[in-house]
Amino acid sequence: MPRREDIQKVMIIGSGPIVIGQACEFDYSGTQACKALRKLGYKIVLVNSNPATIMTDPGMADVTYIEPLNLETMKAIVRKERPDALLPNLGGQSGLNLSSELARSGVLEECGVRIIGVQEDAIQRGEDRKAFKETMTRLGIEMPESELAYSVEEAETIAERLGYPVVIRPAYTLGGTGGGMVYNIEELRTVAGRGLSVSLIGQVLVEESVLGWEELELEVVRDAKNQMITVCFIENVDAMGVHTGDSYCTAPMLTIDPKLQEKLQKYSYDIVEAIQVIGGTNIQFAHDPTTGRVVVIEINPRTSRSSALASKATGFPIALVSSMLAGGLTLDEIPYWRDGTLEKYTPSGDYVVVKFARWAFEKFPGALDRLGTQMRAVGEVMSIGKTYKEAFQKSIRSLEIGRYGLGFAKDFHKKPLEDLMAMLSSPTSERQFLMYEALRKGAGVQDLYEKTYIKPYFIEQMKELVELEEQILKCKGQALSDDLLIRAKKDGFADRYLADLLGLQESEIRERRKKLGVVEAWDAVPVSGVENAAYYYSTYNGPDRVAQSDRKKVMVLGGGPNRIGQGIEFDYCCVHAAFALRDLGYETIMVNCNPETVSTDYDTSDKLYFEPLTVEDVLSIYEKEKPIGVICQFGGQTPLNIAGELEAAGVTILGASVETIDLAEDRDRFRQIMRQLGIPQPESGMASTLDQALEVAGRIGYPLMVRPSYVLGGRAMEVVHDEEMLRRYVAAAVDVSPQRPILIDKFLENAIEAEADAIADGTDAFVPAVMEQIELAGVHSGDSACVIPPISVPPKHIETIIEYTKKIATELHVVGLMNIQYAICNDMVYILEANPRASRTVPLVSKVCNIQMARLATEIMMGKKLSDLNLKQRNVPHFGVKEAVFPFNMFPEVDPLIGPEMRSTGEVLGLANSFGLAYFKSQEGAQQMLPTSGTVLITVSDRDKHEAVEVARQFANLGFRIKSTKGTHKLLREYGIETEPILKVSEGRPNIADAIKNKEIDLVINTPRGKLGATDDAYVRQTAIKYKIPYITTVSAALAAARGIAERRRGHDGVRSLQEYHAGIR
Amino acid sequence: MPISAVRIPALLVLEDGVAFHGFSFGAAGETTGEVVFNTAMTGYQEILTDPSYAGQMVVMTYPLIGNYGVNDLDTESGRVYARAFIIKELSSIPSSWRSEHSLSEYLVSQGVMGIEGLDTRALTLHLRTQGAMRGALSTADLDPKSLRQKALASPAMAGQDLAKDVSIDTPYEFKPRLFELPKDRRTLRIAAYDFGIKRNILERMIAEGMTPRVVPARTTAEELLALQPDGVFLSNGPGDPEPLDYVAREVRKMLGRIPIFGICLGHQIMGLAFGGRTYKLKFGHHGANHPVRNEATGKVEITSQNHGFCVDPDSLDRSKIEVTHINLNDQTVEGIRHRELPAFSVQYHPEASPGPHDSSYLFPRFRETIEKSRG
Repeated sequence: MPRREDIQKVMIIGSGPIVIGQACEFDYSGTQACKALRKLGYKIVLVNSNPATIMTDPGMADVTYIEPLNLETMKAIVRKERPDALLPNLGGQSGLNLSSELARSGVLEECGVRIIGVQEDAIQRGEDRKAFKETMTRLGIEMPESELAYSVEEAETIAERLGYPVVIRPAYTLGGTGGGMVYNIEELRTVAGRGLSVSLIGQVLVEESVLGWEELELEVVRDAKNQMITVCFIENVDAMGVHTGDSYCTAPMLTIDPKLQEKLQKYSYDIVEAIQVIGGTNIQFAHDPTTGRVVVIEINPRTSRSSALASKATGFPIALVSSMLAGGLTLDEIPYWRDGTLEKYTPSGDYVVVKFARWAFEKFPGALDRLGTQMRAVGEVMSIGKTYKEAFQKSIRSLEIGRYGLGFAKDFHKKPLEDLMAMLSSPTSERQFLMYEALRKGAGVQDLYEKTYIKPYFIEQMKELVELEEQILKCKGQALSDDLLIRAKKDGFADRYLADLLGLQESEIRERRKKLGVVEAWDAVPVSGVENAAYYYSTYNGPDRVAQSDRKKVMVLGGGPNRIGQGIEFDYCCVHAAFALRDLGYETIMVNCNPETVSTDYDTSDKLYFEPLTVEDVLSIYEKEKPIGVICQFGGQTPLNIAGELEAAGVTILGASVETIDLAEDRDRFRQIMRQLGIPQPESGMASTLDQALEVAGRIGYPLMVRPSYVLGGRAMEVVHDEEMLRRYVAAAVDVSPQRPILIDKFLENAIEAEADAIADGTDAFVPAVMEQIELAGVHSGDSACVIPPISVPPKHIETIIEYTKKIATELHVVGLMNIQYAICNDMVYILEANPRASRTVPLVSKVCNIQMARLATEIMMGKKLSDLNLKQRNVPHFGVKEAVFPFNMFPEVDPLIGPEMRSTGEVLGLANSFGLAYFKSQEGAQQMLPTSGTVLITVSDRDKHEAVEVARQFANLGFRIKSTKGTHKLLREYGIETEPILKVSEGRPNIADAIKNKEIDLVINTPRGKLGATDDAYVRQTAIKYKIPYITTVSAALAAARGIAERRRGHDGVRSLQEYHAGIR
Repeated sequence: MPISAVRIPALLVLEDGVAFHGFSFGAAGETTGEVVFNTAMTGYQEILTDPSYAGQMVVMTYPLIGNYGVNDLDTESGRVYARAFIIKELSSIPSSWRSEHSLSEYLVSQGVMGIEGLDTRALTLHLRTQGAMRGALSTADLDPKSLRQKALASPAMAGQDLAKDVSIDTPYEFKPRLFELPKDRRTLRIAAYDFGIKRNILERMIAEGMTPRVVPARTTAEELLALQPDGVFLSNGPGDPEPLDYVAREVRKMLGRIPIFGICLGHQIMGLAFGGRTYKLKFGHHGANHPVRNEATGKVEITSQNHGFCVDPDSLDRSKIEVTHINLNDQTVEGIRHRELPAFSVQYHPEASPGPHDSSYLFPRFRETIEKSRG
């Protein structure tokens, strides 16, 4: 069927900020939707609160709204834009839920908006557990036995009937939030209670446990003619019990016989036909490996994390095709790489794909490293190999966790077998590495299977790797035979890992194997639905089958897996670099290993190498393609970490040189330059022993900011107030050595932090905007809210910041992007750090100020001068407030505080004509709906008491009732502010926790008590999160909130598109 | 393969002299045959036991094989018909609750050779460009020149009557394992010629209420009609149809007297019986993902295929014979039908094991044809 002519304008709702369970895979799918629908000639109205996405680039859609994702805002946009259609299934669970709410609210009908792709009732059939169960019963497809409960008591009765363990699943939540497996009535009460409170409709499902069953997923696509194809069969190697987002998995299925695959496919087709989805659907099954019983677990009638993975694993762009199908096309109108059209697509290929998740447990002290039905991963990598072993080992080095192979992780190899087996009793992020050491210690394949439910095939493969590794280890200190080296490379052992095993340099292994002719070769993944795509993976198990052109080429290194501190913002920059290079006439080569990204979409670059970002893999591609250079600046810390070694191996690095990177990162050299330039820096020192640290502290005085060297996202960064804390920090610090010392800075108390992103050409620099952090110094810049333009930094300091930035960029010969962080303390501007690379704020500045920073920087790297670009300082008449979004709801046991170590996973942007409204919107976008009236709880640390008076006064003026704890209450009374006292939990009942649970409090302002109160008041914040009460943990944010509430009460700004905001910039 | 295990070298040499070194699994020894590739990602057990592969050495393009072992229920026939199995990497242990043997043990028990550790992609690409060719595989003779001579000396597929070798000597009633006869319909009796019939085809007939009596390839029309069946089935089978002209002759005698349905080799025999000719394809169709267009509906079916020969459309009298299905990859004939008489056939495997079930309507159609012809 041809394109639909009855619609012209289509609205797409994105998935909002990056959170656990909803990451940049929805930027990927949303961007594909924009591409597909625009190609069909439709106008696009796009809504997303996340500014770091490619989809919210003003050029991707005709009208772009960076607005909070909630029903009221969506209604306003629908009424303003009057789209003809709404595409609900490309923006993750958030987009789907919002579309569904919009439909129920009646506004779609009112404005004559049709839903395309998945109908509202289809969403119900797929998402509502009761409706879904009825459909399955009708189709004769089994589900795990289960019943719905609306109260904890009901849940208890059901669990008793089913028998423990049972699984609790809250309806309509993301990444399994609030659910879990319970083994007894006590756990059931806790988890069911939590689940009921997080479920949109106060409903949980109590379900028979299928723990230990195989978890199998299919990605199917259906069109309006009821033609159905299976894009991918995914085998979750981790059995049922581990969330699919955390599961290690392979595609295609490796241990599932064809009879079972056929059965799953038949069930899947029956299901999507019954649900009537147009587009892609993910279907999850559990298969009992001892009886063959198959049950369906759930379906996602939309693009998903799995569909992104399946798209990258097969070369079939599910989101793109789903969008075309929603636009009225059918599969027989879309080309298939093999021949003809897509209705005859079947999975094929002669390679293996592995997905490995990346976690951030180390960021959340107190969080238990345990995998269950609630997703914990913050990112993932995908790897492709000719054999399972090769793909597996590639995935390890793709993860960038300092491991290049499976062995010798942490101290596992020193532990006795019993300890290792005990540690394997429940699934953790270290499971594969523990199994490896257990095998080395003689664990049996069957024993490990019984512990982990990981199928023997995978364990046996691992065992063979261990055996080969043991043979290699025997050669330490003597020559490794050619045969052994060849086998090791064919089985995927990394050069770096072999070098570590044998005590050699990586380059020695590299030279040795090259002499033997053992080099990486490449093969193509055929791509459907997109023309001229070139998508490759490397292998040591075959000859090179990829041709290279003699065009001028540039390689762009991506950012690898998402993690806290390095995520979608860097992918945004890489994508822009690729687009800019293409426009400049270069052939672009992208290297990355993150399947969720737009950078790994097949048509972002001319050639995509889906490869780990290691010296071995990047160098091999470089030597094959012979580009004029490599861009390392856009992928975050990942490419910078290998830039030095690449250059040493003869690679040309474009943009900031390795020397510049080193100047910025080497504290002594950097300090020297700052002194020369006359730019003040907080006093500092370095220490690799406790004595040295105490000596530095004695010299510069407390408080101090301490951290390890060479880290991103403020990993293990802390503010230290006295000697006792410093002693504790040094004692706990791992891997400290003279090469990797602890960095110690004077901590500037009550300083305002500001940040500047610059574009530099080596002799000059341009600073489009200065950003002001809302939270004061001591909160990581990635976690602090920030505003453009600044609201409290005096113009003279802004000028100073711009001047310093230009000086530094010129002195360091920065070519491309640079980010500098400043602190303003006692009327003086200090520099904190400079990074000669793209920063997290590049997309933010680009969108608020309407300047394509990454593109301009790329043009400069390729030889243009700033003077060629005609950039002018322009006046931004609106305010943009960025707010960070935290995964604390996924780590209920962790104190939800912000500090120098970054812990946010994503961000939102609030745009408005006043700071107050922009701040209000940013909170709204972060799902922290500030109340405009009601009761505010104020309980602050002694240090903050005096500033809290101003906060309280403002809230009182706004007519809020104020409740406060003893000390705060007393102080506020002294200042004549009316408050009601409230008890802390330690003081009796009814107390703060009761009040929050009873919904007597609408906003919590609670600044932590520092080291004395650290454990005392965490429950306040934790309870607030659990009961979804907005909470604020710094005084400065509280003041901003008061301003926001005041502005909001004066009036709503209405919704305005990014294009409208940009038109106002002069 | 566990690193501690002793690996026995094996050598495969094609008739053009191209050699592939690997390691032996399954039985040791020496064998020759036509080397063909299969692109299915799973289903190795069904492929090995498919009689159509008699006389052939099968290369799997998917690199990892043997992962879920072998069970006795999923075999297509009583034994392995492929001469040898050529793969990239063998799983040393089976990982499935249904598995009864490892692939290697199973091949040993069947006396069939296997070779692993070679670049099956390279071998496949070679066959794709050069066409199917004979090869010799050995663990005893590792001299490429001598093995090439052995490959050249082996009989060519064209002209060989392989069906005769895989067919049975005495007729038997088929005993189903998977399906039961439906109770709501009258049971029809089918005489099924066995040129190397796959068990799954017979199972599918049972599912449609048809009980097959399986008869040898040499059965004459008179002998067959004396059984008074409701319909005749021409099975799949290995190799070249032309030497089976003695069957085509018998089929021609039965045209119009009884409904006839053919699959694969049976389709080619139908082509010969319709007065057509067959020819050898360059590298044949082997795999579970061949797109075929049904000319009547325009719908594309994903089909499972396994054949090296093909019916020549130009040799058919199109006023009497209609081409019903076309292969979209190379436009070859995939299905034919007599315009007046109750006889039709398809080149692909509608019973699809392994493979997709897009074409499962053909068995019900056979039943309808029979019922219609009886009036």
